[in-house]
Amino acid sequence: MAKILGGRRRPNIIGGLFGWIWLVIILTPIYYMVLASLRTQGDYYKDNPLVPPLKPSMRAYRLVFENDFGRYLLNSAIVTLGAVAILLIVTLMASYVIVRNRGQVAQRLFRVFLLGLAIPAQATIVPLYYMITKMGLYDTLIALVLPSVGFGIPITVLILVNFVRDIPGELFESMTIDGAGNWRTLWNLVLPLSKPAVVTVGIYDALQVWNGFLFPLVLTGKPEVRVLPYSLFTYQGEHGADTPAILAAVVLSALPILAAYIIGRRQLVAGLTAGFGK
Amino acid sequence: MPDKAHAPGAATSRGRSGPSPWLAAPAMAFFGIFAVIPLLGVVYFSFMRWDGMSDMTFAGLDNWKAVFTDSTSLNAMKLSLVVMIISWATQTPVSLLLGVFMAGKQKYRAVLSVLYFLPLLFSSAAIGIGFKAMVDPAFGLASQLRLGFLQRDWLGNPSLAIGTVLFVIGWAFVPFHSLLYQAGVRQIPASMYEAAMIDGAGAWKQFWSITLPQLKYTIATSSTLMVVGALTYFDLFYVMTQGGPGDATRILPLDMYLTGFRSFQMGKASTIAVILVVVGLSLSLGLNRLSGSSRMESQMEGL
Repeated sequence: MAKILGGRRRPNIIGGLFGWIWLVIILTPIYYMVLASLRTQGDYYKDNPLVPPLKPSMRAYRLVFENDFGRYLLNSAIVTLGAVAILLIVTLMASYVIVRNRGQVAQRLFRVFLLGLAIPAQATIVPLYYMITKMGLYDTLIALVLPSVGFGIPITVLILVNFVRDIPGELFESMTIDGAGNWRTLWNLVLPLSKPAVVTVGIYDALQVWNGFLFPLVLTGKPEVRVLPYSLFTYQGEHGADTPAILAAVVLSALPILAAYIIGRRQLVAGLTAGFGK
Repeated sequence: MPDKAHAPGAATSRGRSGPSPWLAAPAMAFFGIFAVIPLLGVVYFSFMRWDGMSDMTFAGLDNWKAVFTDSTSLNAMKLSLVVMIISWATQTPVSLLLGVFMAGKQKYRAVLSVLYFLPLLFSSAAIGIGFKAMVDPAFGLASQLRLGFLQRDWLGNPSLAIGTVLFVIGWAFVPFHSLLYQAGVRQIPASMYEAAMIDGAGAWKQFWSITLPQLKYTIATSSTLMVVGALTYFDLFYVMTQGGPGDATRILPLDMYLTGFRSFQMGKASTIAVILVVVGLSLSLGLNRLSGSSRMESQMEGL
């Protein structure tokens, strides 16, 4: 295998060149942003943007933290964890029913969920706004959690069902013979055996919620409930002239995912391409 | 009566028919209330007049007539179509070649692949804001380096803005699609390449006669995601241009948002939303039929 794909006798010069060019395209903006965020405002206007600053300044980062970055980070974490926890619990229960219940209802339900895969969440923003205000949830973090759960269900169910189907039927039957009820079967059989899928799809859902922009834009207004991606946009409005500070916020916003990437690269990549990599 | 029904029959009937459907109720409730009802709501709203605050009134077909006669919305539809086609046509070859490149076993390719992932660490909002600073005509990268030919008002010039955003979209999304292609290439059995080598096929021939045909399902998946995804581009456009200059980058989802939440014509915005849903659904069903008709035949055929 390695010999076929890798060890061609002639080195693949065109392929290599293409790879290095793409690397430059990918890295230049990130390199630029990181360097700019380490400059003072004055240096930003006169330094060569591709040369690291002689004396890196933390001023921009300090400013970002003084402007409630911690709170936005916490809000993002609450919304993401809340939505993902609810999503995984309710979809695991539903997947168990869809796989093991032979009735018509369960199968029809699955088809309804599958149709939901094609609903673009953004297109429903006007009625969602209406519902959330009528429910008195405007400007709350719950307003961001609930629709994220609703729209996360189809893909999460699809991936979990595909996985739960692979659990041998005999295992379910022996659970039933042991007198285990629905909950015990779910907890002692379905959950442990579908853990890899739960992790993968959980990461996928978390990234979706974490990066969400339109829901916070429309369903929240006050700074107390601001989440990270949306806060970047408001920074841009409030500190328009202070580019190093804006870029420091952008760089900081990527650090949590960078940490996740360093800790669990494989899982993150699998989670990102969940369900599409097949 | 209920006691009798529960006693001996219950266990066996559960054994036969599986868990109670009620376990699916919470998922159904969330999906129903926060996805299906808003979806139906958007159809309903498209026949109403509402400014977001005062009472709603029935509007009949007014919103529909308005959308299809309004030059802004018609332009937005055209623009969305252009964005869809161009982003598919540019991202697909780049992602495919990158995927093939990343699937190679050489050490340096593995290292580069780790770095190729970096754009995926950023939210669309972060990417848009970062690029906006970088292409700033006064203090951006090109002007500080005095690169005359790149020193343009990339986002302020109506004829450059859409291309600039399309480039940023490519930067943001190609890494994801190249991961799909990388996974696809790695699933191609090595024996196929061995056979081709014995037949004396070179790298070029192998790419066209093995890699590309074997990737057809990945191409279908990635293309569907790109084409349908193009209908939902919002964050990058909103952050970088807000649709401007003029209406030069006002794509359909942005037109929906601005109509609803800037001009307070929620009915008209919902009409645009219905169009987005219908186009999105037909595209994904259509593409699925187109690519899925032969899905039953094995990918491993001929082994």
